[in-house]
Amino acid sequence: MASGPALADFGHDAWWLIVLKIIVIFAFLNVMTIFTIVFERKVVARMQQRTGLNQVGPRGWLQSLMDGLKLILKESVMPTEVRRVVYVIAPAISAICAFVAFSVIPFGPEVSIAGHRTPLQLTDLPVAVLLVFACSAIGVYGVVLGGWASGSPYPLYGAVRSAAQLISYEVAMGLPLVAVLINSGSLSTSQIVAGQTRVWYGIILAPSLVSYFIAGVGETNRAPFDLPEAESELVGGFHTEYSSVMFMLFYLAEYINMITVSALCTTLFLGGWRAPWPLSMVDHGVLNRGWWPLLWLVAKILILLFVFVWVRATLPRLRYDQFMRLGWKVLVPGNLLWIVVVAALRTAGLGGLPARIGIGVGVAVLALLIVSLWPGGARPASGPADSPAPAPGSAPGGYPLPPMDLVVPPSPRTRRLVTDRSTAPAAGGSPGAEAGAAAGGSPGAEAGLDPVQQPVQTLLEAPLVGPAEDRPQGPQ
Amino acid sequence: MNLGQWVPIVGLVVLGALFALFSVAIAPVVGPNRPNRAKLSAYECGIEPTPEPVGSGRRFPVKFYLTAMLFIVFDIEIIFLYPWAVSFNALGTFGFVEMLLFIATAFVAYAYVWRRGGLDWD
Repeated sequence: MASGPALADFGHDAWWLIVLKIIVIFAFLNVMTIFTIVFERKVVARMQQRTGLNQVGPRGWLQSLMDGLKLILKESVMPTEVRRVVYVIAPAISAICAFVAFSVIPFGPEVSIAGHRTPLQLTDLPVAVLLVFACSAIGVYGVVLGGWASGSPYPLYGAVRSAAQLISYEVAMGLPLVAVLINSGSLSTSQIVAGQTRVWYGIILAPSLVSYFIAGVGETNRAPFDLPEAESELVGGFHTEYSSVMFMLFYLAEYINMITVSALCTTLFLGGWRAPWPLSMVDHGVLNRGWWPLLWLVAKILILLFVFVWVRATLPRLRYDQFMRLGWKVLVPGNLLWIVVVAALRTAGLGGLPARIGIGVGVAVLALLIVSLWPGGARPASGPADSPAPAPGSAPGGYPLPPMDLVVPPSPRTRRLVTDRSTAPAAGGSPGAEAGAAAGGSPGAEAGLDPVQQPVQTLLEAPLVGPAEDRPQGPQ
Repeated sequence: MNLGQWVPIVGLVVLGALFALFSVAIAPVVGPNRPNRAKLSAYECGIEPTPEPVGSGRRFPVKFYLTAMLFIVFDIEIIFLYPWAVSFNALGTFGFVEMLLFIATAFVAYAYVWRRGGLDWD
């Protein structure tokens, strides 16, 4: 089975091939961004039982393309307080860094384009993974400078928060990589993919995979870690004062960063462009050659993007202290311990594949259990469990607490429905009086329900409103 | 060192910069330009803004600086871990023990910071 190109195979492309690859990557990122925005909104809509996009283009798939065009045609407002040069440069820094980070992602093995053998990868470096990290680190400058140059409180707070968040999660993002490097022995992305011919690092290093993805969500400012742009606290965060094209560049950068994190996660942990296991056996790995790998890579990226959206739709936004605690007190020490374990196992020669898979998955499950039980395990000790009976109307902390037998008043819609139902047979009577009585009295009694069940039914009938609504586009 | 491997990255930087420049340049041309006082003031949910003069020396919670300094400490630790990890197989047991000592030292600093409350946000 071909294990892909070697590091020395890079850097010999003809100039037109380089230009072609650059343009393809550029187009790929833009198209993926446009696609991801619609994809995200549709998936979130499904998860919140809404219809979602369905107006622009077939089934709404052209929505974000049109949004982008609209943004270009919008007025470019530059408030008087801004520092003009920095204000304009900041989104450009974000966008450029986002594009460059993708340059070392391997798309596939060597293919032949117009008679030239060339790897399906723009370039590779002996320090390729560091380049991606460097780009994400420099991208912080775009956010910080943009918020600082806006000359307005909200962007400034958003920018400072963002800086603290990004550097905190940069640590948590860099540590899982160490475990990969111990196994791969190389920082070059193509060699890391080549090292996963037998087994994906995500399986033997499952804790690193989980930790990298959590840190990646934090690094890209995505929910539940989207504190720099927490709408309820900071309006739009660092891009509050941005409009039109410059806002678009920030938005583009955010989504490209998401795609890059997914692509790098795929490369480091999920076998990169390699076909998943049963498929990789087909016909001596024919699905790992030629143009097939493009399909696997894009599929894996899409799966990870789906997880991004899934996480966003599922979890509420963390408080800032919770967020920092997760980064510094859980991810950092956990990863350091895991690195020591990995290194110790390799030094002790326990490199047998089944043992390593078992250890990787076992530790991941253990870590997940600890993480998921950590806050919940600590809190109830001081909660209602040991305080005998909090006075009705107040929680231990002095906060108001609704009583256990709270009766939710029926919604107007339910009341109207019940009224309609009960008055329909007796249409000949005096519906006005009956409806008035029904509306004023207990509708549950009329519908033959006992009053205790009524609130439950009311709750069931009330339309569900998801906590995370569609992300507002910010002021434009 | 093969400089040819870096050329495509420069190309991507140039393309990205051109794209950003182009978008910023055409924005005033294709978009309308109807400024008014409210539009040009800082956005503060409709109230009369309290402008934030750039570099006015507004104070920030010291936690942000502390986080930045902690980041430097731990990021340097990670940077030391990378070359060790890459050449892990060549270093053998000696490298493992050395790095164990290094991580233990870093962990002492980490425990100290934790105990002193450097990692608590409130």
